[in-house]
Amino acid sequence: MNNQRRNVLKSGSGAALLTVLAAAGIIKPGMALAEWNKAAFDAKSMADTLKAMGVGSPVDSKDVQVTGPDIAENGAVVPVGVSSTLPNVTMVAILIEKNPNALAATFTLPEGTEANVQTRVKMGQTSNVYALVKSDGKFFMATKEIKVTLGGCGG
Amino acid sequence: MAANPMKIRASNKDGVTEVKVLISHEMETGQRKDASGAIVPAWFITELTAKHNDRLVLGAEFGTAVSKNPYLAFRFKGGAKGDKIVVSWKDSKGETRTDEAAIA
Repeated sequence: MNNQRRNVLKSGSGAALLTVLAAAGIIKPGMALAEWNKAAFDAKSMADTLKAMGVGSPVDSKDVQVTGPDIAENGAVVPVGVSSTLPNVTMVAILIEKNPNALAATFTLPEGTEANVQTRVKMGQTSNVYALVKSDGKFFMATKEIKVTLGGCGG
Repeated sequence: MAANPMKIRASNKDGVTEVKVLISHEMETGQRKDASGAIVPAWFITELTAKHNDRLVLGAEFGTAVSKNPYLAFRFKGGAKGDKIVVSWKDSKGETRTDEAAIA
Protein backbone atom coordinates (compact mmCIF):
# COMPACT_ATOMS: atom_id res chain seq x y z
CA MET A 1 0.00 0.00 0.00
CA ASN A 2 2.62 2.48 1.18
CA ASN A 3 4.94 1.60 -1.65
CA GLN A 4 2.28 2.47 -4.11
CA ARG A 5 1.76 5.83 -2.45
CA ARG A 6 5.49 6.57 -2.70
CA ASN A 7 5.43 5.78 -6.38
CA VAL A 8 2.50 8.04 -6.93
CA LEU A 9 4.31 10.83 -5.16
CA LYS A 10 7.46 10.25 -7.16
CA SER A 11 5.72 10.36 -10.49
CA GLY A 12 3.43 13.02 -9.17
CA SER A 13 4.84 16.22 -10.60
CA GLY A 14 4.79 15.20 -14.25
CA ALA A 15 1.52 13.35 -14.03
CA ALA A 16 -0.14 16.14 -12.12
CA LEU A 17 0.81 18.61 -14.81
CA LEU A 18 -0.65 16.35 -17.46
CA THR A 19 -3.85 16.03 -15.53
CA VAL A 20 -4.09 19.78 -15.18
CA LEU A 21 -3.49 20.25 -18.89
CA ALA A 22 -6.05 17.64 -19.79
CA ALA A 23 -8.58 19.11 -17.44
CA ALA A 24 -7.94 22.58 -18.79
CA GLY A 25 -8.40 21.35 -22.35
CA ILE A 26 -11.61 19.57 -21.61
CA ILE A 27 -13.21 22.14 -19.41
CA LYS A 28 -12.26 25.10 -21.55
CA PRO A 29 -15.51 26.83 -22.48
CA GLY A 30 -16.50 26.86 -26.11
CA MET A 31 -14.67 23.63 -26.76
CA ALA A 32 -17.48 21.16 -26.54
CA LEU A 33 -15.62 18.12 -27.76
CA ALA A 34 -12.18 16.87 -26.91
CA GLU A 35 -9.52 16.42 -29.56
CA TRP A 36 -9.77 13.02 -31.19
CA ASN A 37 -6.50 11.14 -30.81
CA LYS A 38 -6.00 10.07 -34.41
CA ALA A 39 -2.59 8.52 -33.88
CA ALA A 40 -3.90 6.24 -31.15
CA PHE A 41 -6.97 5.15 -33.08
CA ASP A 42 -4.96 4.57 -36.27
CA ALA A 43 -2.33 2.51 -34.52
CA LYS A 44 -2.52 -1.16 -35.37
CA SER A 45 -0.84 -3.04 -32.55
CA MET A 46 -1.33 -2.83 -28.83
CA ALA A 47 2.18 -1.46 -28.35
CA ASP A 48 1.78 1.29 -30.93
CA THR A 49 -1.56 2.26 -29.48
CA LEU A 50 -0.20 2.57 -25.97
CA LYS A 51 2.69 4.61 -27.30
CA ALA A 52 0.37 6.96 -29.16
CA MET A 53 -1.66 7.41 -26.01
CA GLY A 54 1.44 8.29 -24.04
CA VAL A 55 1.12 5.24 -21.86
CA GLY A 56 4.41 3.82 -20.66
CA SER A 57 3.97 0.38 -19.22
CA PRO A 58 0.66 -0.20 -17.54
CA VAL A 59 0.63 -2.38 -14.46
CA ASP A 60 -1.70 -5.37 -14.27
CA SER A 61 -4.19 -4.71 -11.53
CA LYS A 62 -6.82 -6.78 -9.82
CA ASP A 63 -8.69 -3.57 -9.12
CA VAL A 64 -9.60 -3.23 -12.78
CA GLN A 65 -12.34 -5.44 -14.18
CA VAL A 66 -13.27 -6.18 -17.75
CA THR A 67 -16.76 -7.53 -18.10
CA GLY A 68 -18.06 -9.26 -21.16
CA PRO A 69 -19.21 -12.62 -22.39
CA ASP A 70 -16.79 -15.54 -22.45
CA ILE A 71 -18.09 -16.40 -25.87
CA ALA A 72 -19.61 -13.85 -28.20
CA GLU A 73 -21.76 -15.38 -30.88
CA ASN A 74 -21.90 -12.20 -32.89
CA GLY A 75 -18.63 -10.30 -33.14
CA ALA A 76 -20.42 -7.22 -34.43
CA VAL A 77 -22.04 -6.57 -31.08
CA VAL A 78 -20.01 -7.58 -28.05
CA PRO A 79 -21.02 -5.98 -24.77
CA VAL A 80 -17.91 -4.90 -22.89
CA GLY A 81 -17.70 -3.04 -19.63
CA VAL A 82 -14.84 -1.66 -17.61
CA SER A 83 -14.99 -0.95 -13.92
CA SER A 84 -12.40 -0.20 -11.32
CA THR A 85 -12.19 0.39 -7.62
CA LEU A 86 -9.01 2.43 -7.96
CA PRO A 87 -9.18 6.02 -6.72
CA ASN A 88 -9.28 9.11 -8.93
CA VAL A 89 -9.80 7.35 -12.22
CA THR A 90 -9.64 9.96 -14.95
CA MET A 91 -9.46 7.82 -18.06
CA VAL A 92 -10.71 4.43 -19.19
CA ALA A 93 -9.89 2.78 -22.50
CA ILE A 94 -10.96 -0.43 -24.20
CA LEU A 95 -8.44 -2.15 -26.43
CA ILE A 96 -8.96 -5.27 -28.51
CA GLU A 97 -5.67 -6.90 -29.30
CA LYS A 98 -6.50 -8.64 -32.55
CA ASN A 99 -8.71 -6.02 -34.14
CA PRO A 100 -7.31 -4.13 -37.16
CA ASN A 101 -6.94 -1.14 -34.86
CA ALA A 102 -6.51 -2.13 -31.27
CA LEU A 103 -8.09 0.90 -29.66
CA ALA A 104 -11.88 0.73 -29.54
CA ALA A 105 -12.81 3.61 -27.29
CA THR A 106 -11.49 5.89 -24.61
CA PHE A 107 -13.52 7.62 -21.94
CA THR A 108 -12.61 10.72 -20.00
CA LEU A 109 -14.08 10.66 -16.54
CA PRO A 110 -14.33 14.00 -14.77
CA GLU A 111 -14.46 14.06 -10.99
CA GLY A 112 -17.68 12.52 -9.71
CA THR A 113 -18.08 10.09 -12.59
CA GLU A 114 -17.62 6.49 -11.52
CA ALA A 115 -15.05 4.22 -13.09
CA ASN A 116 -17.77 2.07 -14.54
CA VAL A 117 -18.64 2.27 -18.23
CA GLN A 118 -20.31 -0.15 -20.56
CA THR A 119 -20.50 -0.15 -24.30
CA ARG A 120 -20.68 -2.51 -27.24
CA VAL A 121 -17.80 -3.20 -29.58
CA LYS A 122 -16.99 -5.10 -32.73
CA MET A 123 -14.49 -7.91 -32.67
CA GLY A 124 -13.00 -9.43 -35.81
CA GLN A 125 -11.93 -12.62 -34.08
CA THR A 126 -11.29 -14.22 -30.73
CA SER A 127 -9.01 -11.89 -28.84
CA ASN A 128 -7.86 -10.56 -25.54
CA VAL A 129 -9.76 -7.46 -24.54
CA TYR A 130 -7.79 -5.01 -22.43
CA ALA A 131 -9.13 -2.41 -20.10
CA LEU A 132 -6.74 0.44 -19.48
CA VAL A 133 -7.41 2.69 -16.53
CA LYS A 134 -5.64 5.84 -15.43
CA SER A 135 -5.75 6.29 -11.70
CA ASP A 136 -3.86 9.03 -9.88
CA GLY A 137 -1.88 9.61 -13.05
CA LYS A 138 -0.74 6.00 -13.33
CA PHE A 139 -1.89 3.37 -15.77
CA PHE A 140 -3.35 0.01 -14.83
CA MET A 141 -4.61 -2.78 -17.01
CA ALA A 142 -6.75 -5.88 -16.94
CA THR A 143 -7.47 -8.50 -19.58
CA LYS A 144 -10.24 -10.84 -20.55
CA GLU A 145 -10.31 -13.22 -23.45
CA ILE A 146 -13.52 -13.14 -25.45
CA LYS A 147 -14.07 -15.90 -27.95
CA VAL A 148 -15.88 -14.89 -31.10
CA THR A 149 -17.81 -17.40 -33.17
CA LEU A 150 -18.77 -15.00 -35.96
CA GLY A 151 -16.47 -12.08 -36.76
CA GLY A 152 -17.84 -8.58 -36.84
CA CYS A 153 -15.59 -6.89 -39.32
CA GLY A 154 -15.93 -8.79 -42.59
CA GLY A 155 -19.65 -8.88 -43.20
CA MET B 1 -28.55 10.71 -42.29
CA ALA B 2 -28.00 11.48 -38.70
CA ALA B 3 -31.66 12.13 -38.31
CA ASN B 4 -32.68 9.67 -35.69
CA PRO B 5 -32.51 11.05 -32.18
CA MET B 6 -30.51 9.36 -29.47
CA LYS B 7 -32.35 7.45 -26.83
CA ILE B 8 -31.21 8.70 -23.46
CA ARG B 9 -32.34 7.26 -20.16
CA ALA B 10 -31.11 8.74 -16.93
CA SER B 11 -32.22 7.68 -13.50
CA ASN B 12 -31.09 8.71 -10.06
CA LYS B 13 -30.84 6.28 -7.21
CA ASP B 14 -29.20 6.95 -3.85
CA GLY B 15 -27.41 10.03 -5.13
CA VAL B 16 -25.92 8.33 -8.16
CA THR B 17 -27.24 8.97 -11.63
CA GLU B 18 -27.03 6.22 -14.19
CA VAL B 19 -27.13 7.31 -17.80
CA LYS B 20 -27.77 4.99 -20.72
CA VAL B 21 -27.45 6.23 -24.26
CA LEU B 22 -28.37 4.50 -27.48
CA ILE B 23 -27.17 6.28 -30.58
CA SER B 24 -28.39 5.72 -34.08
CA HIS B 25 -25.31 5.59 -36.28
CA GLU B 26 -23.88 3.31 -38.97
CA MET B 27 -20.33 3.18 -37.55
CA GLU B 28 -18.75 2.04 -40.82
CA THR B 29 -15.26 0.71 -40.25
CA GLY B 30 -13.87 1.41 -43.69
CA GLN B 31 -12.95 -2.27 -44.00
CA ARG B 32 -16.21 -3.61 -45.31
CA LYS B 33 -16.91 -4.09 -49.00
CA ASP B 34 -20.23 -3.56 -50.71
CA ALA B 35 -21.83 -5.94 -53.22
CA SER B 36 -19.63 -4.66 -56.08
CA GLY B 37 -16.44 -5.14 -54.08
CA ALA B 38 -15.80 -1.46 -53.46
CA ILE B 39 -14.74 -0.54 -49.96
CA VAL B 40 -17.39 1.25 -47.98
CA PRO B 41 -15.67 4.36 -46.66
CA ALA B 42 -15.26 4.72 -42.92
CA TRP B 43 -17.93 6.75 -41.21
CA PHE B 44 -18.12 6.63 -37.46
CA ILE B 45 -18.59 8.67 -34.35
CA THR B 46 -15.30 10.01 -33.10
CA GLU B 47 -16.22 12.10 -30.11
CA LEU B 48 -18.99 12.22 -27.59
CA THR B 49 -19.70 14.29 -24.53
CA ALA B 50 -22.34 14.05 -21.85
CA LYS B 51 -23.21 16.96 -19.64
CA HIS B 52 -25.28 17.34 -16.55
CA ASN B 53 -26.49 20.93 -16.14
CA ASP B 54 -23.60 22.20 -18.29
CA ARG B 55 -21.06 20.22 -16.28
CA LEU B 56 -19.14 17.58 -18.21
CA VAL B 57 -19.80 14.13 -16.77
CA LEU B 58 -18.31 12.00 -19.54
CA GLY B 59 -16.07 12.51 -22.52
CA ALA B 60 -15.60 9.68 -24.97
CA GLU B 61 -13.56 9.02 -28.09
CA PHE B 62 -14.63 6.17 -30.31
CA GLY B 63 -12.73 4.21 -32.89
CA THR B 64 -14.25 2.13 -35.64
CA ALA B 65 -14.51 -0.87 -33.32
CA VAL B 66 -17.51 0.52 -31.50
CA SER B 67 -20.63 -1.31 -32.67
CA LYS B 68 -23.21 0.01 -35.06
CA ASN B 69 -25.81 2.02 -33.17
CA PRO B 70 -23.50 2.50 -30.20
CA TYR B 71 -24.68 1.86 -26.68
CA LEU B 72 -23.11 3.52 -23.71
CA ALA B 73 -23.80 3.39 -20.00
CA PHE B 74 -22.06 5.23 -17.18
CA ARG B 75 -22.72 6.53 -13.68
CA PHE B 76 -21.88 9.76 -11.92
CA LYS B 77 -22.43 11.10 -8.43
CA GLY B 78 -25.08 13.75 -8.02
CA GLY B 79 -27.94 14.72 -10.24
CA ALA B 80 -31.52 15.16 -9.21
CA LYS B 81 -34.84 14.27 -10.70
CA GLY B 82 -35.69 16.64 -13.52
CA ASP B 83 -32.09 17.71 -14.16
CA LYS B 84 -31.05 17.84 -17.76
CA ILE B 85 -28.61 15.42 -19.36
CA VAL B 86 -27.28 16.61 -22.70
CA VAL B 87 -25.38 14.25 -24.98
CA SER B 88 -23.56 15.39 -28.11
CA TRP B 89 -21.55 13.51 -30.66
CA LYS B 90 -19.49 14.30 -33.70
CA ASP B 91 -18.63 11.85 -36.46
CA SER B 92 -15.81 11.48 -38.95
CA LYS B 93 -17.78 13.43 -41.57
CA GLY B 94 -18.09 16.33 -39.19
CA GLU B 95 -21.78 15.77 -38.60
CA THR B 96 -23.01 16.39 -35.11
CA ARG B 97 -26.08 15.70 -33.11
CA THR B 98 -27.21 16.77 -29.66
CA ASP B 99 -30.07 15.35 -27.65
CA GLU B 100 -31.21 15.78 -24.13
CA ALA B 101 -33.27 14.02 -21.51
CA ALA B 102 -34.38 14.69 -17.97
CA ILE B 103 -33.27 12.52 -15.08
CA ALA B 104 -36.12 10.32 -13.98
